[in-house]
Amino acid sequence: MDMRILKCTVNGKEVQVGYDPRESLLDTLRNRLHLTSVKRGCEVGECGACTVLIDGVTTDTCLYLTDWAQGKEILTVEGLQGPDGALDPVQQAFVDEFAVQCGFCIPGLIMSTVEIVRSGKTYDRDELRKLLSGHLCRCTGYQDVMNAVERAVEYCHERLGEEEGQPVR
Amino acid sequence: MEKLKEVGRPVARVDAYDKVTGRAMYTDDLCPKPCLEARILHSTIGNGVVKSIDVSEAEKVPGVVGIFTCFDTPEWAYPVAGHPWYAESKKEKRDVGDRRLLDPRVRIYGDNIAAVVAEDTVSCDRALAKIKVEYEEYPVVYDPIESMRGTEHPVQEGKPDNVVAHTLAKTDDEKLATMGYSCVEDVLTDPRYHHYKLHMETGEQSQVHIETCTSYCYEENGKIVCVSSTQIPHICRRVIGQALGIPWGDVRVIKPYIGGGFGTKQDIHYEPLNAWLCKQVGGRPVRLELSREELFFGTSGRQPKSFDVEASVDDDMNLRARSIKAWSNTGGYIHHGHALVLNSVNSFRWLYHRQEDAIRCEAWTVHTNGPHTGAMRAYGVPEGNWAAECLMGDIAHDMGWDGVEFRLRNAIYQGYVDEFSPGNYISARTCGLPECVEKGKAYIEWDKKKAEYANQTGPVRHGVGVAFFVYKTAVAPFALETATAAITLNQDGSFQLQMGATEIGQGADTVFSQMAAEAIGVDTEDIHIVSFQDTDVTPYDAGAYASRQTYVSGTAVKKAGEKLRAKIIEFAAGLYPAAQGDLTLRDHAIYDTVGNRVCGLGDLALEAYYNTEHNDQLHARATANVHTNAIACGCTFADVTVDMPLGLVTVNKIINVQDSGRLINPKLVEQQVHGGMAQSIGFGLYEEVQVDPKTGRVLNPTLLDYKIPTTMDVPDLEAQFVETDDPTGPYGNKAVGETPIISPAGAIRDAILDATGVKFYQEPMTPQRLFEGFKKEGLI
Amino acid sequence: MYDIESLHCATSVDDAVRALAEDPQAIVVAGGTDVLVKIREGKFAGAHLVSIHELRDELDGVTLSDDGTVEIGPITWFHHVTTSPVIQATVATLGDACDTPGGPQLRVSGTIGGNVCNAATSADSASTLFAYGALLDVRGPRGERTIPIEEWYAGPGRSTKERDEVLVKIRIPKDHYEGFTGHYFKYGKRRALEIATMGCCCLVKLSADKRRVEDVRLAFGVAGPTPMRAHGAEDGVRGLTVAEAAERVGALAQADTNPRDSWRASKEFRLQLIKEMAKRSLVEAARKGGAEI
Repeated sequence: MDMRILKCTVNGKEVQVGYDPRESLLDTLRNRLHLTSVKRGCEVGECGACTVLIDGVTTDTCLYLTDWAQGKEILTVEGLQGPDGALDPVQQAFVDEFAVQCGFCIPGLIMSTVEIVRSGKTYDRDELRKLLSGHLCRCTGYQDVMNAVERAVEYCHERLGEEEGQPVR
Repeated sequence: MEKLKEVGRPVARVDAYDKVTGRAMYTDDLCPKPCLEARILHSTIGNGVVKSIDVSEAEKVPGVVGIFTCFDTPEWAYPVAGHPWYAESKKEKRDVGDRRLLDPRVRIYGDNIAAVVAEDTVSCDRALAKIKVEYEEYPVVYDPIESMRGTEHPVQEGKPDNVVAHTLAKTDDEKLATMGYSCVEDVLTDPRYHHYKLHMETGEQSQVHIETCTSYCYEENGKIVCVSSTQIPHICRRVIGQALGIPWGDVRVIKPYIGGGFGTKQDIHYEPLNAWLCKQVGGRPVRLELSREELFFGTSGRQPKSFDVEASVDDDMNLRARSIKAWSNTGGYIHHGHALVLNSVNSFRWLYHRQEDAIRCEAWTVHTNGPHTGAMRAYGVPEGNWAAECLMGDIAHDMGWDGVEFRLRNAIYQGYVDEFSPGNYISARTCGLPECVEKGKAYIEWDKKKAEYANQTGPVRHGVGVAFFVYKTAVAPFALETATAAITLNQDGSFQLQMGATEIGQGADTVFSQMAAEAIGVDTEDIHIVSFQDTDVTPYDAGAYASRQTYVSGTAVKKAGEKLRAKIIEFAAGLYPAAQGDLTLRDHAIYDTVGNRVCGLGDLALEAYYNTEHNDQLHARATANVHTNAIACGCTFADVTVDMPLGLVTVNKIINVQDSGRLINPKLVEQQVHGGMAQSIGFGLYEEVQVDPKTGRVLNPTLLDYKIPTTMDVPDLEAQFVETDDPTGPYGNKAVGETPIISPAGAIRDAILDATGVKFYQEPMTPQRLFEGFKKEGLI
Repeated sequence: MYDIESLHCATSVDDAVRALAEDPQAIVVAGGTDVLVKIREGKFAGAHLVSIHELRDELDGVTLSDDGTVEIGPITWFHHVTTSPVIQATVATLGDACDTPGGPQLRVSGTIGGNVCNAATSADSASTLFAYGALLDVRGPRGERTIPIEEWYAGPGRSTKERDEVLVKIRIPKDHYEGFTGHYFKYGKRRALEIATMGCCCLVKLSADKRRVEDVRLAFGVAGPTPMRAHGAEDGVRGLTVAEAAERVGALAQADTNPRDSWRASKEFRLQLIKEMAKRSLVEAARKGGAEI
């Protein structure tokens, strides 16, 4: 098949990039746009390491054809930091709560947490466990990850104050 | 315990920022794309010989660059385990070489028999599908006991009975004679005692690091460069050299951040093949990444084991004698060999060999046509612990004794020396186990829950359980322990720390930085650690395994740091002869005896680099050849709910309390404990590589069918500690990394026994097995 | 990268039907969570794909028609079935079932139509759609037709929908759900990222005094090669008190079903699950309807 051109928004920037229609979005983000925070762990949607936000929704990019990303808005961990390099509150929470070990699953977990905090809603710990259940982590036993997610929600609610968040999906 | 300045501080991980921003580079992130891709053809039989391979159709697939079969690769074999390689004088201690790059002798289902190099992975897969293989098939044997009777075609040449090794350690007959016994069996069957005879089994657990095994190779300056996700870069260099038959100096291995290892990456599985394929295509970059499925059968999991255990115990809760016979199924290849099952039976002995008159530990490691097995976190000990704790749980339950009191009465104690290990090396110079138990009991509310859960009826029941553990630190005296650290004073007064030891997610870089700061007398923030290992520039270290790095490599860091501190002070004394008395380094400055500030460390560094008369670039390098060992110990308490009709166990609460000596970084140690506990919950309840005994094929090589716990399967995990100051550790520290995976499974088993009265002996206690157990006992 | 021979991004359902008719090897891909996995496994290697992923206007969303029929677009994500106010007000148990496949990410890629079309016995929505008696509208070169779910399954992984037909709507008429409360029970060995070892859906309609089971529908996934209704059990407990029905339904359901023995679970264990899950699902469904038990 001939190459096609993907036009979409990646981390706030409009992007045009050639792709092979056989590629998953995971392939394109890693190999053509060098967004290597998006990790390949299983290629069949079981580990969550390749999770990004597509139009605000957490998606496993391994099971998403690049062809489907035309015109979409994509956000990866590389797009979270402030212009001065300051960490996003979610990233900061993961550092502060010692949620990081080998770090391979962390970008995916951070993206799911971003979706959670952007919902503006609060959840109890069991609900948060369910919302993160599409990520496998083998280092942390999820303990510090769960603490980080709770902390991230706190940080972001402090920041948002009474502002209305986006509805959770 | 004396309080230290940097050691013991819960500093943030030095790699956290890069890992939350996506800047941390792992092997595949560094690989230049597009590059050539390699994929492997795996055998579709479990035992036999490849007669011929027809690649004519496969070669026609567009994009294929080369197809290489087991008839093209070198005929010699090489060893793959992450162990030292001794010189000629001690060559009997070397690992056995039994792997070939590609091998026409198929020993396991999925063995590597050919490889395709192509422009992309789709071309690789299309070519693989078109390769035709003709086999001569032999019968498959998966049961080690059956295999030991001998097979027509031994799995490995030179081992007609398929036995890799057999060892026996038992109490001396002369010693027994003084007590009126003639052998261990006499104590086991002494009519004055209660006698137990049990059989247990443990399955194959898989490491399931989220980053697969991946590498890429290219040639540069006539050398082969291999970038790999490995725990053991220096050993990887040697093994690639051995496999390719080239000087080891012609190999350069680079190890970036790695996405978990847990022992898989303590074997050199595919780097040599990757390097060889790269050479076949003229040194162009070739990438070889295993799929998730390949990991389950193409790399080595925890060895399945079975145990026959006997014990005698008196009326006063004293074990009088125990015997363990262990059979370990190493599969088609030797990998780590007999060391694993030795760890099982040794830890079985150490944990409760207190009052006993006699002990007997016998072990076999056996080849079968089962999958690869090798190192996995805690290296044989969780299996031995399962055997030890099933026994203790059954005795306490049957005798109506308190499980904690019974265990404590027989458990390892401060001053314990293992009579069977060389040179008294295995001895508990420190042992905070009783204090650990107190903390665990309090957290789980042991006495209260025991009373509350007594006399339950109905289909859903609750229980509490306990298990203890013991673990040695590093591999001395059984094998060489060596590590090197190098520290350089930078121009600004900060320091560059370079380790051969590897960060694999466990936090090694952070604790090395803390220890270096402590030894030099500066802040952790002054230390810049080089995280990547590159065998061309990095000092030698065996790598990440055996909970050895903080203990052994940490000793090297301490030595190098103290050496550099002395050099700095000596340099300052030479530069400022007027300073009074002995100088010291603190608060980033040099002070004299009366407390006058002589100079700042930053300025001193500039003098060191740029003083035209006395220039001396300050650097220290130290090797630690460690001969000691240290015993870490602890316990797990668990509270569970058992839904018998559904065969489901819910862990409501669980705590690990351990004595790992002094904690270098309490938060990082907690991290380790949480992760280990979750892996042990998996070990106890969910995780098992299922093998078809007729073909040797792995039935469940996916993350869907091989079930590691999700966020919803583990409760909040509690980690507590009792700190002791072990005289052998660089800062009083003992093993941490592997220990938490040992006892949670046993504690859950004990809690299920408490809840239901049903004794399970086979791990993992999957819903299927729980159902069968409850059915058999008439509970459902 | 996937071994895909051709990829046609359909612009409309009619375009998709045309593309399927033109290329006899072409198959439909919607969410991708099943088809792409099969391409990677090699089963569908070299696939000719017709993608309906982007046909949101025609195939996405849940609506309630004037006659009370619940109409579900086949490319509606599982998660959007679960959170749909229409679903929650009418066929809430289907929403519960759609909250169980995989993990959160899968539930915003995987579609309810895909779950039906791959025709797996383990599909989480299948037993519930069975219990609700869903009607499946398909469109092909020969026009449109409706296949009741009872006639949908031709065998393991096979449906009576032809290759060149596209599922365009899932309908549940009002009289199929009105007055019923239900429970979907997914049994997995862990609590997330699971394929069902057994799936059970029970819908009950209680008598006015909330003591009797006036009507009941019991359906299973993984209790046989295809999802199935347990008609014998339904007939056996209809009219009984809730307590009596709970007591009897398990054994009756065992007699209706035919689970297989596999390395994932033995037949005996699955029969135990059928018995226990039928009972617990019935009790739970009755509780939701107001029964005190």
